[in-house]
Amino acid sequence: MEWIDWFSRPEHTKPLALLIFFVTFVGILLYVFGSKKRSKRLESYKDIPFQDDAPDNKDLSDE
Amino acid sequence: MAITTFSSAEQYNFDIVKKFAIMALVWALVGMFVGVYIASELAWPLLNLDIPYITFGRLRPVHTGAVIFGFGGSALFATSYYVVQRTCQTRLISDGMASFTFWGWQTVIVLAAVSYMMGYSQGREYAEMEWPIDILIEVVWVTYLILFVGTIMRRKQPHIYVANWFYLAFILATALLHTFNNLAVPVNLFSMKSYSLFAGTQDAMTQWWYGHNAVGFFLTAGFLGMMYYFVPKQAGRPIYSYRLSIVHFWALGFMYMWVGAHHLHWTALPDWTSTLAATFSILLLMPSWGGMINGIMTLSGAWHKLRTDPVMRFLIVALSFYGMSTFEGPMMSLKEVNALSHYTDWTIGHVHSGALGWVAMISFGSLYHMIPKLWDTKLYSTKLVEIHFWLATIGVLLYIIAMWISGITQGLMWRAFDDFGNLQYSFVESVAAMIPFYIMRAIGGAFFLSGVVVMAYNIFMTIREAKREEAALEAKLAVKMAGLGA
Repeated sequence: MEWIDWFSRPEHTKPLALLIFFVTFVGILLYVFGSKKRSKRLESYKDIPFQDDAPDNKDLSDE
Repeated sequence: MAITTFSSAEQYNFDIVKKFAIMALVWALVGMFVGVYIASELAWPLLNLDIPYITFGRLRPVHTGAVIFGFGGSALFATSYYVVQRTCQTRLISDGMASFTFWGWQTVIVLAAVSYMMGYSQGREYAEMEWPIDILIEVVWVTYLILFVGTIMRRKQPHIYVANWFYLAFILATALLHTFNNLAVPVNLFSMKSYSLFAGTQDAMTQWWYGHNAVGFFLTAGFLGMMYYFVPKQAGRPIYSYRLSIVHFWALGFMYMWVGAHHLHWTALPDWTSTLAATFSILLLMPSWGGMINGIMTLSGAWHKLRTDPVMRFLIVALSFYGMSTFEGPMMSLKEVNALSHYTDWTIGHVHSGALGWVAMISFGSLYHMIPKLWDTKLYSTKLVEIHFWLATIGVLLYIIAMWISGITQGLMWRAFDDFGNLQYSFVESVAAMIPFYIMRAIGGAFFLSGVVVMAYNIFMTIREAKREEAALEAKLAVKMAGLGA
């Protein structure tokens, strides 16, 4: 269990935390802005608030 | 093919939204009236009337509790239930649970206010409620979480709209903060009094981890959920950038959790802890401004709406105050600035530029948009919205300018030395110097409160007109049906 002591030292955990958080942040940025196709899909979600805007919500069903 | 038509009111549970929306207004009136009264007590101490129940110390948490949890909380409940149903295109999973959150939450606010006036307090800012009330909050909040998550889980819309992410972060974070900050041991089962599980500096740090995240998640994330739905709806155009809203969400949620210790600069707290908090506070400026820009730019190409639509003006000015106070906050978290600003009225001014300028104004804008839709009518008077807007704006400006001047004056007077190295001013001299600004602040508060009175009248008349229209329609239908039957 000696390996666990490595985490108890701030000089190890500080850069490790920085690395984890930085990689996560860059990962989010790449996910959000990295692909044109995905960007288009993500931007399409902005219309959701307008999708139940009809005067009344209609349930069209075959009977 | 059969076409079945449901009105929104039948498909969704709007009854609970209406109840919370009305109570938001009631608590705004009560909480802001108490606020103006205690501001007046500071300007004219005679108003304490030698009655212990209404002294500043007891009424102050009544004010903060009524405006934050009564007004702000009810507005968040109302809008989150409205937004989650409309963007998930499904009804809340349980009307009973929704009703329980309403009655439970209103009971919490009343019990808290009465207990503060009786002199019961945990002495933790924004968490003054004693343990029996804390347990009730816990039960109500877990019910709220189950209801909200359950509704999202049975959504008809495959994607979860960003406003719901912000609401969910607000609900989850508040549950965590409330639980851990209120870990306490009651003196006995039949006593209101309890003692915190933490001691000394750790107790202070737990409290300010809670205190600042109450600002970050209750007063920011929740209201950003409001912003991401109601700004696009009122503008009639989608949010400027959905991708920016995703980055805004994750960056804000991650960074806020670290900043609480900036409330404890120059104390027994280890220096590195408050430095870390200040660093994250500065970093927080970026997601905050990213969100503000995203909201304001939604109006890009339709700026004329700011001239013609006072509801839109409420929403956009709220975002401007959000930007201003999220710049001021990081600046005040710098140790050198904090050495001057801490313990002075500058902090009170900063809180109110966020609370009145951002939280209250975005709520007013959202309620003005939502209430006519709930009652299927139009606002009684747009002119009154316009008057409310100007009363609110002048009120906030008077308030924060008074507190800037008095706060900086206080800070400078406390640190002034004479030629012999003695303090130049006694404390009471600094108190006397504040009086003109306390009067100015009370006037600012009165402006803001009178705006809410105008709003309450406008909403009351809107609902009354809606009920009249409904009754007239029903009477017309009854006549028609009778005619068909004859």
